[in-house]
Amino acid sequence: MKVAVVVFPGTNCEVDTKHAYETLGQEVELVWHKEERLPQEVDLVVLPGGFSYGDYLRSAAIAKFSPIMKEVQSHAKKGGYVLGICNGFQMLLEMGLLPGAMKRNANVHFVSKYHHLKVENSTNQFLRHLTSGQIINIPIAHGEGNYFIDEAGLTSLRANNQILLTYCDAQGNPQNPNGSVANIAGICNEAKNVFGLMPHPERAIEALLGSKDGRAMLEGFVA
Amino acid sequence: MKVIVNVQLKNGVLDPQGKAVHHALGSLGFNSVNDVRIGKQILLDVAGTDAEAAKEEVTKMCEELLANTVIEDYTIELA
Repeated sequence: MKVAVVVFPGTNCEVDTKHAYETLGQEVELVWHKEERLPQEVDLVVLPGGFSYGDYLRSAAIAKFSPIMKEVQSHAKKGGYVLGICNGFQMLLEMGLLPGAMKRNANVHFVSKYHHLKVENSTNQFLRHLTSGQIINIPIAHGEGNYFIDEAGLTSLRANNQILLTYCDAQGNPQNPNGSVANIAGICNEAKNVFGLMPHPERAIEALLGSKDGRAMLEGFVA
Repeated sequence: MKVIVNVQLKNGVLDPQGKAVHHALGSLGFNSVNDVRIGKQILLDVAGTDAEAAKEEVTKMCEELLANTVIEDYTIELA
């Protein structure tokens, strides 16, 4: 599988993401945001975490105008897989590839710690190696992870099984670190080829680092 | 031409910064404050003298970049 990891000024998780996919035996190419073409026959585009353009104005607001993003849009429109992690998730919202918007965390603090997540739906490529209801432990690190969507939008996310991950405690009871609507930590689009989440699976692929629960997620795209 | 853009979270969308500041004001003894909403003000210096044209262009800027219209409202004022 060929993975393209897009790098913006201010991105800081590209090497972790590249390392994670290389550990899984995949071919990974870092793509600078000024590029106008994605690598040929790319299967998965990852928009990694960080602070693109310093998150000036709003998180990820400026990244959507980078030249490479036209290509990312058309890759997504053609049904290609796109994964947005943290700042990448914020980009997908700003680009309209996923519904909703991101606000400052409800407690206005930057939250950086391991957090339990509940797998809400595993009938998709990303979570197919996990089971619905499973509790996993993955790091989060964000100041603007307070996901917002209106009532109608939430109903439609639920109806189409687009809510992928919610925040919880070790027993699976809702526990919300940032104020997200319905404790949402990750969603996908209706066609289930565009995925966004605030937690960092690429930081949880080796037990040495405290958890390898992220590995199964990243393996989901690997044929 | 100076143009002032005010961007504010929509009514009904909880404003975490506003809540934190409201709480802090209460701690300082300012109990007369019923609510706090925090927005941002963007000052633009736009070339040209046609006010209507400028307003139209700034509206486009707001829709495309300056505001996230999913959660934010904006107002445009010519100074």
